[in-house]
Amino acid sequence: MKIFVCIKQVPAVAEVRINPGTNTLIREGIPSITNPFDKNALELALAIKEDHGAEVIALSMGPPQAEEVLREALAMGVDKAFLLTDRKFAGADTLATSYTLSLGIKKILRESDEKRNYLVICGAQAIDGDTGQVGPELAEELKIPQITYVQKFELKQNEIIVERIFRAEEVVIIKTELPALISVLKEINNPRYPTTSGIVNAYTKKEVVYLNADALKPNKSKIGLSGSMTEVWKIFIPERKEEQIIIKGTVEEIAQKLCKRLKDDKVL
Amino acid sequence: MSIFIDDELCTGCGNCVDNCQFVGIEILEGKAVITENCTFCSACLDVCPVNAILIERKEFQIQKVDLSQYRGVWVVAEHYKNQIHPVVFQLLGKGGDLAYELKVKLSLIILGDSFEDQLKQFNIFGLDEIFYIKSPLLKHYYSDLYVQVLTELIIENKPEIVLIGATPTGRDFAPRVAKRLNAGLTADCTGLEIEEISRNLLQTRPTFGGTLMATIRTPNSRPQLATVRPGTFKIIEKPFKQAQIRRIDYKLSERDLITKIVRIIEKERSSVNLEEAEIIVAGGRGVGSKEKFKIIEELAEALGAELGGSRVTIELDWLEQDRQIGQTGKTVSPKLYIACGISGAIQHLVGMQNSGIIVAINKDRNAPIFKVAHYSIIGDLHEIVPALIEEIKNIKSSNT
Repeated sequence: MKIFVCIKQVPAVAEVRINPGTNTLIREGIPSITNPFDKNALELALAIKEDHGAEVIALSMGPPQAEEVLREALAMGVDKAFLLTDRKFAGADTLATSYTLSLGIKKILRESDEKRNYLVICGAQAIDGDTGQVGPELAEELKIPQITYVQKFELKQNEIIVERIFRAEEVVIIKTELPALISVLKEINNPRYPTTSGIVNAYTKKEVVYLNADALKPNKSKIGLSGSMTEVWKIFIPERKEEQIIIKGTVEEIAQKLCKRLKDDKVL
Repeated sequence: MSIFIDDELCTGCGNCVDNCQFVGIEILEGKAVITENCTFCSACLDVCPVNAILIERKEFQIQKVDLSQYRGVWVVAEHYKNQIHPVVFQLLGKGGDLAYELKVKLSLIILGDSFEDQLKQFNIFGLDEIFYIKSPLLKHYYSDLYVQVLTELIIENKPEIVLIGATPTGRDFAPRVAKRLNAGLTADCTGLEIEEISRNLLQTRPTFGGTLMATIRTPNSRPQLATVRPGTFKIIEKPFKQAQIRRIDYKLSERDLITKIVRIIEKERSSVNLEEAEIIVAGGRGVGSKEKFKIIEELAEALGAELGGSRVTIELDWLEQDRQIGQTGKTVSPKLYIACGISGAIQHLVGMQNSGIIVAINKDRNAPIFKVAHYSIIGDLHEIVPALIEEIKNIKSSNT
């Protein structure tokens, strides 16, 4: 069986700050990392491989620098890594991204003898865009069932049985047959750290295979900007309102003034 | 679409580099060069002093869909144990505003089994019609059934806007529906507006962990799908209006299911209900310790408010997980939000900035929370909060 893990390189958004003088992002020193949820996806794939045997293939779509996250995946132990990169893929929204990823998966499947025996694992969402849309859209593109927000996973022969979170007070156990796509939450496992020999192997024995538009032969109207139905119309730093009332005085005065204002505002 | 730099005009001043949020442009040998990261957001065009940057937008290629065929605003219902999820009522409020502006119908779509008795409750939300898709199999949520039924309904009825709750359920079926229709979908919108003339839905959402806001449009296709987090919009009651019920009995069989529910595990329902609370009192790192959090609890109690906290208070185990407010926790919009000792990291602000009145109490006068606060109190919360509790008690006792 083949396990495809889709991973994304993201900026460590928690460390992003805004320069109040210029009102722009301070980028210096913001590292690029593997999307944290995708590490859980990689860990699950490697654990399945250890228990049942499988070939684990990591895929990423992005600029050439995204090779770094694929090297990291190789260091964790994945068997093969593919980078889908081409200037023509740039500006893709989730529709175009999922289409491009599906071409990569289909190409790899075509060139193998296990055309229907596969699982796709994605992180529940990426921390930069936070949409969680690529997984379900990829499943639709591949015409396979999807189960999102998975926190527990079991494989029995050709069947997967998973726990999916619906809301705080409800968990549903769902099963389906392979091929299928799941997206995983952080709760599912603790991602392993690469070993020293894993890191050495990732840079010496293994390679990241580049697939460009010529290799994937996409329908040009479905990739990059032309394949994107949504367009970013405007990007801005959230404006904070200017009017702000500072309540001053002794502690008692502050309490009284505040309560009066809240009463006038009819919230108290 | 493509982007060019006119090397003859470019002076290599670097304004564009400073204003690019994506490292999408750099200066090489004294001239600006577009990098792989460019998202065509056009921020650099606006700041280039010599107009050396050009974006060529191909004017809407061959229009595949006639946008004018699409009319109407839809809200898709979500339910649990035969109860409609609160986000649905919130979406009806916003959906009603959009429908009014577009002069089109507002419709609710319910996929379920036994909602006959509950349809009356929607008569106070200004709905024009309810599509009630009935099948015993729709009692529970199945991705594949929702995708199948919704896609067919949308193709047949052609709404221009479809609003969906950004819950684990909505975020499961919405992308797949969008893909099947080849329609644009924007997740977790915090603002929805209509662009005049084009009737495009301008969908504003936090991105980059809330550091940036992006406004997204879908100019060339319909419908426009958007998910909205619970707690983002308020429930708005409208004058009584009888909605037309369009009941559709759907023939679905077990064999249509590609995923099967093995079992549903119910956990104890959390008593915490931040999304619907009218008043929230929240604490942050500035509170100091788990013991000192008592005073925040007392304030919440005096106000009859729900208690919440910033991410750090959960990490330090001062509060339970389900009380976390912010990007990775809950999104709330109470009438009154009192932030005690919360500095206001952007990840927290995106979860509460839609609140009606925001009161911030913090020692640090430069704390970002003051930028969103309506009433700012610069001082020690451990002195101010007890006085506030006292005053509230006085008011309450004089009222009775």
